[in-house]
Amino acid sequence: MTTRGEALRHVAVPAPDALPRLLAGVRDDRRPVSLAEHLDREGSPPVGRGGGAHAELIELVCASGLSGRGGGAFPTGQKLRAVAEQGRNPIVLVNGVEGELISSKDHVLLAQVPHLVLDGAAVAAAAIGAREAIVAIGAGLTRGYAAIETAIAEREHRRVDRVSFRLVRAPDRFVAGDETALVNFVDGGPAKPTFTPPRPYERGIRGIATLVQNVETVANLALLARFGPRWFRALGTAKEPGTVLVTLGGAVRRPGVYEIPLGLPLRELVVWAGGPSAPIRAYLIGGYFGTWVAAAEADALALLDSDLRTVGASLGARAIVALAETSCGIVETARVARYLADESAGQCGPCVRGLDAVATALAQLATGKQSQPRLQRWLENVSGRGACRHPDGAAHFIASALHVFADEAAQHAAGSCSGSDGPVLTVARKRRRVE
Amino acid sequence: MKLRVNPILCDGYGHCAELLPELVELDEWGYPIMPREPVSRSLEPAVRHAVKMCPRLALSLEKRAR
Repeated sequence: MTTRGEALRHVAVPAPDALPRLLAGVRDDRRPVSLAEHLDREGSPPVGRGGGAHAELIELVCASGLSGRGGGAFPTGQKLRAVAEQGRNPIVLVNGVEGELISSKDHVLLAQVPHLVLDGAAVAAAAIGAREAIVAIGAGLTRGYAAIETAIAEREHRRVDRVSFRLVRAPDRFVAGDETALVNFVDGGPAKPTFTPPRPYERGIRGIATLVQNVETVANLALLARFGPRWFRALGTAKEPGTVLVTLGGAVRRPGVYEIPLGLPLRELVVWAGGPSAPIRAYLIGGYFGTWVAAAEADALALLDSDLRTVGASLGARAIVALAETSCGIVETARVARYLADESAGQCGPCVRGLDAVATALAQLATGKQSQPRLQRWLENVSGRGACRHPDGAAHFIASALHVFADEAAQHAAGSCSGSDGPVLTVARKRRRVE
Repeated sequence: MKLRVNPILCDGYGHCAELLPELVELDEWGYPIMPREPVSRSLEPAVRHAVKMCPRLALSLEKRAR
């Protein structure tokens, strides 16, 4: 413990190439790791109770090459610096909304290794000189919420942190995870995006500079502050170092959350998951703002933004779904398109009207009624026309389906469908598994 | 300088497209599509006028693209 009078506990640095890192502490019974268990494994929290901003922590994060794990992949060190430069007493906001329905990686961290997340938030707070850290958790992530609530109480009792934590339950909507929407909500407004600038790093909660970081990003900070940038860079590539959590679903034998070194071939990840459970037609890479990639093309890809970019994809929300040959990509995409249109915050005309029209056109295509000649133009027209990236992400996802499933679309226009499976991509928010 | 619209404020009145036909086009639901290119100096006075005339005050002329 770092409480005055007690000795700091140090543990041996784990082998730099050992996997998993973030998930190393998870218990066999999947129950949350307690403070005592956590300290026993990871050693004392990497920051004490000293005040002020710690530029050396920012330097360390910059040297590690860590980038945001929420989807944007913005360099974390640069973001820390930008907030620190805004002045005194900024705020840390940990984004645990995980609005992406097919992702559960943030929930795994919150529910199973809550102290890793809180350690990381404390590191972020120390780096920028914040005294307040807010953890916002999606309302559906009940186990994660309970685990963090208990973990905060444990830490307060033992006076572990200088920063004070506050826990907030955020609405379970797709757009609630947008950083401006989350700031707006924490400030008492609706969980809807706001027009930028200002971005939260300039003016966030209560008008104060706010560092918004994804749960997995801060969990990385907890390890990085303990073991250093060289250790961090031992996995992954020079440009995209470290590990990431991927939620793999669909036609694989063991769907779930996997911690992979950046650059792992997709083919290899599928092997980790016990192999395909049926012949694969295509992969959805990056969640519902992601990209469909034909299986033949995807098999050769490394899970790395620089490699995925060659097929117009990115890791995005790190959710991947394998679609079996017996499923129809057009039907799957049409269902998600309607969901995304309905999940619009309803603020911006082009998003409200455009995504609705696109979703209707796709539904018609899926049911073989008619094809809509204006669909392509609508997709081009909605991009970049909202306050947030919701229309852009949805349009990108749908456009990739029309490209990869072009043959299937033609077949639909002629009145038939090659799919025979039930729905694969979920659009209902159910209680998500924590694995 | 770049012409921007705040899409949250915009209700598609279409005044901007009336006043700046050479820059702003409306989509099929009546919402303006902003020019990608910076506003040329010669058009700046007309653009400033349009910014003032927007009934929703949704338009702005900004120094740099963010």
